[in-house]
Amino acid sequence: MLSRIAESLFWIGRYIERSDGTARILDVHLQLLLEDPWIDEDTACRALLSVMGSEAESEEPLGRDDVITLLAVDRKHPASIAHSVAAARENARRAREIVSTELWEALNHTNARMPHRVASDKTHEFFRWVRDRSALAIGVVDSATSRDEAWQFFALGRAIERADMTARLLATRSLTEASGPSWTTILRSCGGYEAYLRSYRGVPSSESAAEFLLLDRLFPRSIISSVIRAEESLREIDPRAGRVGVTDQARRLLGQIRSELEYRPIADILVDLTGHMEHLQGVTSATSEAIRARYFPTSVVPVWIGEVS
Amino acid sequence: MATLFDGYATAGTNRAGRRRRAGRPWDEMFPDGTTDVREPYRELYPALARMSQDELRGRTDALASSYLAQGVTFDFAGEERPFPLDAVPRVISASDWARAEAGVSQRVRALEAFLADVYGPQRAVADGVIPAALISSSTHYHRQAAGIVSANGVRIHVAGIDLIRDEQGDWRVLEDNVRVPSGVSYVISNRRVMAQTLPELFTSMRVRPVGEYPNRLLQALRRSAPEGIEDPTVVVLTPGVHNSAYYEHTLLARLMGVELVEGRDLFCSGGRVWMHTTAGPTRVDVIYRRVDDEFLDPQQFRPDSVLGAPGLMLAARLGHVTIANAVGNGVADDKLVYTYVPDLIRYYLGEEPVLPNVDTWRLEEPDALAEVLDRLDELVVKPVDGSGGKGLVIGPDASKAELDELRTRLLADPRGWIAQPVVQLSTIPTLVEDGLRPRHADLRPFAVNDGDEVWVLPGGLTRVALPEGRLVVNSSQGGGSKDTWVLESRPLPGFDTGGLPVLAEAVAPGHRSAGALVADQASPNTQPATGLHGVQGTPIVPAAASLPGETRTASPVTSSPQDEDAPIRQQQQQQQQQQSVGRVGSEANVSRPGPEVNADGSRYAPGGRYSTDPEEGASC
Repeated sequence: MLSRIAESLFWIGRYIERSDGTARILDVHLQLLLEDPWIDEDTACRALLSVMGSEAESEEPLGRDDVITLLAVDRKHPASIAHSVAAARENARRAREIVSTELWEALNHTNARMPHRVASDKTHEFFRWVRDRSALAIGVVDSATSRDEAWQFFALGRAIERADMTARLLATRSLTEASGPSWTTILRSCGGYEAYLRSYRGVPSSESAAEFLLLDRLFPRSIISSVIRAEESLREIDPRAGRVGVTDQARRLLGQIRSELEYRPIADILVDLTGHMEHLQGVTSATSEAIRARYFPTSVVPVWIGEVS
Repeated sequence: MATLFDGYATAGTNRAGRRRRAGRPWDEMFPDGTTDVREPYRELYPALARMSQDELRGRTDALASSYLAQGVTFDFAGEERPFPLDAVPRVISASDWARAEAGVSQRVRALEAFLADVYGPQRAVADGVIPAALISSSTHYHRQAAGIVSANGVRIHVAGIDLIRDEQGDWRVLEDNVRVPSGVSYVISNRRVMAQTLPELFTSMRVRPVGEYPNRLLQALRRSAPEGIEDPTVVVLTPGVHNSAYYEHTLLARLMGVELVEGRDLFCSGGRVWMHTTAGPTRVDVIYRRVDDEFLDPQQFRPDSVLGAPGLMLAARLGHVTIANAVGNGVADDKLVYTYVPDLIRYYLGEEPVLPNVDTWRLEEPDALAEVLDRLDELVVKPVDGSGGKGLVIGPDASKAELDELRTRLLADPRGWIAQPVVQLSTIPTLVEDGLRPRHADLRPFAVNDGDEVWVLPGGLTRVALPEGRLVVNSSQGGGSKDTWVLESRPLPGFDTGGLPVLAEAVAPGHRSAGALVADQASPNTQPATGLHGVQGTPIVPAAASLPGETRTASPVTSSPQDEDAPIRQQQQQQQQQQSVGRVGSEANVSRPGPEVNADGSRYAPGGRYSTDPEEGASC
C-alpha cells in the first residue's frame, strides 16, 4: 500500500489512543487535586504538564483550569486532546479512500463536537466522553476491518502510543512524591482496577500494582502487552525472518525494551520509576522514528528555481 | 397529467418572441407549440405525467440527500451542496445517438492525428492546412511534449466533446476537451441514484448502461503502457483533497481498483517513475493524471509546483512511463484550432465531418474582425484558451460598458478571441420553482481511445442552465445536470451490453439491467468533508535533558508529519479546475482566515517557512 496512506493509518491509531490516554491521565490527576487539600496546586500542575511533555509558558501560578485549557481543549497545543482528535480526523481525510465510512464518521463527529471550553464541574463528564469516543472509533475499526496491512499499521500506531501513555501515567505516580496519585486511582483510571484485584486478590501494594501495569502479559493496557502487540504487528507487516538476529531497527528497539522489562526485578524498576518510564518514552519515539524511516520514506520536497532569462 | 406539465408550452411561447433574434430553441420533448410528445419521450411522458408536482419534488429532494450522504457535492460559497441533479432525464433516440457517437469518434480520431502531427512532422503546416503561427501562439502548445509518443501512439485517452442541439435539433460541436475532461463520475453516479430513486421511469425503456466506463478506461490505459510490460501498474494522479473534482478521482480509482496517488507519492529515479509504498518503491507504468500540464513536472514547467513529480517528462520521453492524457493536448482545445477541425477531418481522415461546428469568426482575419466589432451586441465572444464559459461574453446580455471594454480587448488581441452567433441551445423540461419549465442544456459525451477503437460512453453528461433563458450551463453559475439516457436500438432482449455481460444476462430485459448494472458501481462510502482545518505543523521540542527534581520534562509528544507546504499545496490544488464540468467551487471557494498555524517546528520545515496564516479553504 502507499506509504502516505500507511502513515496516515499509523497516526490515526496513535492519535486515537493518545486522546484516550491523555483524558485518563488528566482525569486522575485533576481528581487528585480536589481530593487532597494540602497539595500545592501550582507544583502539581507543572508536574502534570511536564509529564505530558510540555511546559507552562508563563511564570504565573497554574491552576486546574489552566491545565484543562492547555491539555484538553487548546487546539494549538500539540499535547492536547482537541489537537489529537483534529489530527486523527485530518489524517483520516487524507486517506479517505481507505478509511471506512464508519470510522470517518466517528472521527468527524468527535472533532465537530469538541468543546472550546470545559466548565470545571463538567471535567469528569468531558473526559468520559473523550474515552467513549475513542472506544467507539477503535471498536468500529476492530469489528469491521480486514486484518490486512492497513489494519496492522493502525494497530501498530495504537500499541506504540499505548505503551507511551501508560508509561506517562506511571510517571505521574512519583511526581509529587508523597502525594502522588494512589495506585488505586491509577489503576482505576486505566480501567484495570477490577482486573488487578482479581489477579492479585489482595490489598493494593505499590509493587504489585506497578508490576501489573508494567508486566502483566494478559492485561492489554500494560506496557509489556502493548510492546508485544507492536512487535506482532511489525512481524505481520514484514514476515520475512532472516537467519541472523533481527534486522528491523524498530523490532530491535522493542525487543530490547521488552527483555529489559521482563528480566529486571520489579524492585529495581520501582527505585527510579520516573527514570525508567522516561527511558521507555524515549524508546517509543525512537521506534516510531525507525518505522517512519523504513515504511514511510519521504523525499525532501525539492524546490525548483526557474532560470532567470 | 394536467398538473405536472401545466404552463410548460406557454412558458415556451412567451420566451420565444423575446429579445434574441435567433429562432426559437428546439425543445427536446415537445415539438413546437403542441402538446404532442417527441418519439424518444413517448414512454417516459406518461410515467412522469402520473406524478404530481409535489411527488416529483419529493423525489428530487431524495436525489439530493442521497448525494449529500455520498459526498457527491460541491462547494458553493463555503457551504456544501449536493451536485444538482434534475429528476427528469434526457432521452436520446438510438438514431440521434448513432450520429453523435459517429461524430465524436471521428473528431477524436482527427484530433489524435492532428496532435501526432503537431508534435511530430507538422505535415499539416507544410501542406498549408493550418498556419504555423496559430500552433506556436497557442497557450497550451508545449514544445516540451514534442517527440513524446506512448507505446500505442495514443495521446487522447479520454476526450469530452461538448455538443449542443441547434434550433433545428441538429447536433453541433461547441468545444473540444482533450486535456483533462472531467464530469464522467457524475454520469455514473447520476445513473445509479436515478435507478434507486425513480425506478418506475426506467421500467418501459431500454436504456444503455454507463457502468462499463471504468473498465474501458482501465483497458485503454493498460494498452498504452510502455512495451514489454506484462502487467502494467496504473495509477490515478490527483492534485489532492482540496481539488473540486477530488470526488471523481477517488471514484475512478476505486472503480478501476488502482491506487490514487498525489505528486508527493511519486518520485523519479533512473528515468523511471516510482511510488513510495510500504513494500518499498513500486514502479509505475501508466499515470492517468488529473493534474494540469503546467503542474506536472517542476523541471519542465512551473518550478513552484508541489503537485507533480520532478523528472516525469524525462521518464515519459524515455518511454518508461505513459502519461494519459498526453502533455500538450491543450493545443487541440484552442478555440481557434476548433475552427480548423472540419478541415483537419478532411485532411487527415479523408472524410466529411459528421458533426458541424458552430459558425465561428476568426478575428485574426481583418474582415471578420470588422464585422464582429460591428455586430458585437448580437454575438457571443469567447477567449480561445478558456473552457466551459470562462471569460465568455454574450452580446445581447452585455451592457454597453462591457461591450466597449470588450471591443478594446479584441482590437488589442484578436488571436485571443473568437466570435459566434448566439445559438439557442435546445431546451428540456426541468423542475424549477414554478414547476416543469424549458431550460437550455448541452451534452458532454466521453470518448475513450484504446488505440484500436474510439469508444463513446452512451449518453454523457447533460448540463442544464437553471435560470430562465440562460445559455451558460456551468454549475458555478447555477447549472444543474440530468441523467442522459440513450435508447437501445434493437428492440429484443439479449442485446449487447458491451462490458459486464454476466450481469446483463442475469437480468435480461433491458430496463431492469440498468438498475442492476449501476447498483454496485459507485459505493457510497464517500462522505462529505465538512469544513477543513489548516494542516498544522506542530512543534517538536528537542528531547530535554533530564533535569533534577520535579520539573524534569518527559519526552515530548511527537506528531504525525503534516504538509509543511500546506497553503501552497491547497492553493494549487484548487487551481486545477481544468475542464471540469462545472468548475464547481472555483468561484465558491471563499477563503476564510484560518487558525494561526504554529509551523516553526514542523519536522520537515526548518525555520518557520510559513508563519503567515494559511487559508482555511473550502472542501472538495
